[in-house]
Amino acid sequence: MKPVMVIVTLMFAGVMSYLMMSLPPFGDPSAPANQHISPYYIENTIEDTDTPNIVTSILADYRGYDTFGETLVIFTAGLGCFLLLRRHSDGKTIR
Amino acid sequence: MEKRYGNLIVELACQLIAPFILLFGLYVIFHGHHSPGGGFQGGAILAAMAILLRLSLGMELTSRIFSPRLMPAFAAAGLLIFAGVGVAAIFGGGNFLDYGAIPVQGVSEPSLHHNGILLAELGIALSVFGVMLSIFDTLIRDK
Repeated sequence: MKPVMVIVTLMFAGVMSYLMMSLPPFGDPSAPANQHISPYYIENTIEDTDTPNIVTSILADYRGYDTFGETLVIFTAGLGCFLLLRRHSDGKTIR
Repeated sequence: MEKRYGNLIVELACQLIAPFILLFGLYVIFHGHHSPGGGFQGGAILAAMAILLRLSLGMELTSRIFSPRLMPAFAAAGLLIFAGVGVAAIFGGGNFLDYGAIPVQGVSEPSLHHNGILLAELGIALSVFGVMLSIFDTLIRDK
């Protein structure tokens, strides 16, 4: 590794560490991320989905599209393994 | 790994513990509405149960219960269940995966969401189970 790369990496790490201090504390209710749509989920989950577990209702209902994509990713990964590693009728692993 | 493990204690212990793992996996799937859990975790636990049986009893015995040929079909069927719930909502006039629009007579909208989530979780669990077992089966195949 060249010395200039080390210097650039260290500088980048320094800037990132400095900026990390201005992030809101973990779980801060007044943080912008917790102000926008989280209160809606917390208040309306029971009326909307009849499900006490907010995580489940977000995972499978409000963000169902995302979960569908995740399942598709897992399925594709499994299919890839299955198709690449299976044995063919001629006895070879990969054709 | 195609053969049995060959030790009575190990085989018996795995056989004894497998039904309890199965029950716990189903609990994690079906109790996902009320406690931590859901399709991914429950499907992984069910797959762990099947893999434990494969490791201890060997492929010859366990392929009668979980056939290696069926596993990719399981994975696809789970994904199709999930997609089917989503498409059913389109037929009811809503968006894809908008469970409240699924056309079922006499069921309130929150209840439709509740059962739609359950069906989706079941599809996820079946898919994860099939994928994990088919990966395991292709990896342990020797010769």
